[in-house]
Amino acid sequence: MSLNKKLVDMDYLLNEAPREKHFITGAQAMSEAVKRASVDMAIAYPITPQSEVMHLVGDIYAQGHIKEYYRAEEELGTMSAIAGAARAGVRLFTATSGPGLLRGLEAIVSWPGHRVPCVLGVLTRVINAPLSIQPDNIEMAYLMHSGIIMLHAENQQDTFDMTLAAFAITEKVDVYIPVSVSTEGFFVTHAKGYVEMMSEELAFTENDPYHAPVPAMDNEVPPARIQRDAPVQKSNFMSYLIHSVWQQEIWDSNRRAMKYIYQYLGGPIEVQNPGSDVMLVASGCAAAQAREANRYAQEEGLSVGFVKVRSIRPWPKDEIRAALKGSKAIIVPEHNIIGWLCKEVQASIPNSGDVIEGPRVYGGMTLPVELIMTEIYDALGMKSETLQA
Amino acid sequence: MASIENRKRYNMRISGLGGQGVVTSAHILGSCMDNAGKYASLVPFFGSEKRMAPVEAYVRASTEPIYEVGEVVYPDIILIYHSQVITHGKSYTMPFYTGLKKNSLVIINTDIDVLEDEDIEVLNRLNARVVQFNATELALKIAGTELATNMAMMGMLLGLTKLVTEENIEAAVRERFLGNSFVASGGTASLDSAIEKKFKKKEELLAKNMEVINKTFELANSIDLTGNELIINLEV
Repeated sequence: MSLNKKLVDMDYLLNEAPREKHFITGAQAMSEAVKRASVDMAIAYPITPQSEVMHLVGDIYAQGHIKEYYRAEEELGTMSAIAGAARAGVRLFTATSGPGLLRGLEAIVSWPGHRVPCVLGVLTRVINAPLSIQPDNIEMAYLMHSGIIMLHAENQQDTFDMTLAAFAITEKVDVYIPVSVSTEGFFVTHAKGYVEMMSEELAFTENDPYHAPVPAMDNEVPPARIQRDAPVQKSNFMSYLIHSVWQQEIWDSNRRAMKYIYQYLGGPIEVQNPGSDVMLVASGCAAAQAREANRYAQEEGLSVGFVKVRSIRPWPKDEIRAALKGSKAIIVPEHNIIGWLCKEVQASIPNSGDVIEGPRVYGGMTLPVELIMTEIYDALGMKSETLQA
Repeated sequence: MASIENRKRYNMRISGLGGQGVVTSAHILGSCMDNAGKYASLVPFFGSEKRMAPVEAYVRASTEPIYEVGEVVYPDIILIYHSQVITHGKSYTMPFYTGLKKNSLVIINTDIDVLEDEDIEVLNRLNARVVQFNATELALKIAGTELATNMAMMGMLLGLTKLVTEENIEAAVRERFLGNSFVASGGTASLDSAIEKKFKKKEELLAKNMEVINKTFELANSIDLTGNELIINLEV
C-alpha cells in the first residue's frame, strides 16, 4: 500500500485499538471500514442506495487506500469479475442493492463453490413491482440458500464493525467463502449515527495469496489444465459425487465461520432478558425498532426480552433456541412481506406455534415501534392504549 | 390532560409548506436538544422542492439515546406551519391528525378557525389540546419578516414543553445563522468592513429571531393546558 499505514491483525484492529466517536452515515461507515481493510480491488455497478457507498469507495481509491477500482458494465459482469479477480489472489470488495443483487445472483451463488473470498455489501432495496428505491430487505431471502455468510447490521456502528470483520472471516483457511454485510438502505445508509472508529493510520494485515487454501493462479503460466473437461463430462456418477462432497464442504465452511463471529463480533446474537414471557426477535434495522419497543416495555414493567440476530448465515439455531426457552410468545418484526426471519425462528424452536408472524412492513415503509408495542400488549392479554381507533 | 411538560420522549411531526423553514427548524430543534445534553433525531420528507409544496419533518427528542429510525407515524406532538396544510390538504398525512396519540398536543399557525366538527370530535376523543395562534403575524410584527414564522412555531413548542432552556435555543439559532466560525468576543475588530457589515446583519437577524422566540415563551406561559378546553386561541 502506498500510504504509510501500520498493519495489524483483526483482533487488535476490532477489539483493542483505541477508537474515537464520529457522527457519520451508514454509507460512510461501510467505506471507512473498507479504508482500514487493505483492500486490493473494488468493482461495482451503481444502483440506489448502494451508489453512495461505492462513490465513497471510489473516493478512497483516489486517495490511495485501494489499489484498483473500476465500474463494471452491469451486475452479472461485476460479480463475475469479482470471481476472476479472486482467482488472481486479491482482496476484494463490492456492493449492490435489491435489483442489482438479483441481476448478479447467478454469479454470486457460484462464489462459495468456487471458493471466492470477498466482501459483498448489500444495501437493501425493494425488488418487486411496483418499482421503488426504498428499503425492504426481501432480497436477503435469495441469498440465504447460496452458501454465502450473511451478517445483518442494525445501525451505522454495526455496518462498520461487521464490514471489517467480514474481511478477516472470508480469508480464514477453514472458511474461505464470501461474506455479505447487509443493512437497510436509506434508514442506515443515508442516515447519520454515532460510530466509534479506530485511526485510519491502522489497517488490516495484507492478503497473502500464496498461503491461501486456494492458491492464486498466474494465468500467464497456468499451473495445470484447468477444468477443460468439467466433471459432468466424465460421467454422471462422478458429477453427482463431486457436487455433493463439494457443497457439503461449502456448508460446513459456512458453519465453521461461527467461531469467528464470536471472536470478532461477540457472537451471532445479542440477548436481553432471555426467557421473558414475550420475546422480540429481529435483525438489521428492525432490531433498532425492537430495541426501542423493548425499552418502552421495560419502563412499563412488562415481561419482555429482546434478541438481535447478527448472523443470518451461519444460522445460530442453538443460541436462539436457548434464548427463547420458556417464553410464551415470540414476536418477529420485519421489513419484508414473506417473513424470512420469522420462518427461520419457527424452524429453530420446538414451540413454533408461539411465534407471532409479524409485525411486517414492506415497500420501504417505516416500522413503527407502536406496531410492535401493540403486538406485545395483545400477547400479554392487555388492552392497547397506544393507537387511536 | 396529562402534562405535556417534562416527558421523557417526544415524537413530533411538523407539516408545512415549502419555503417556511420546516426542515430548518427541525435541524435547529435537534441542535437545541444537543446543546441541552439530550438526544434528538430528525427525518425530512418532501417531494418537489418548491415554495408552497407540502413538506414534512419528523423529530424525535429524548433524554435518552434514540434507537428507532424512519418517519414518525404515531406522533404525540403535531405542528402545522400553514393553514393550507389542513384546508387545502397540502400534506403527506391526511387528515392532519392521523396517528396522533392520546393526551397529545397540536400547535397550528392560522388566522382562521381551521377545524371542522368531525376533526373536533376525533381530537376530543383523543383528549388532545390544540393551540391556535397567528405565528406569521407575530413574526411580521416582531422580526419584520414572515420568514421567522418557524421560529415562532418552534418557540411555542419549546415554551409549552419546557424541553430546553432559552440559552440552549439561542446557542442553536446562533449556530444556524452564524456557523461555527462565530467568535463571541475580540477578533471582531480586525474583521474588514464588508464582513463586519454582514456580521452585523446576521447579529440583527439572530436578535430578531430570539425576540420572536421570547415572545412565544411569554404566550406559552400565559396558558394552561391542563384545563378542559380542546382549543386554546392565542392573540398575538
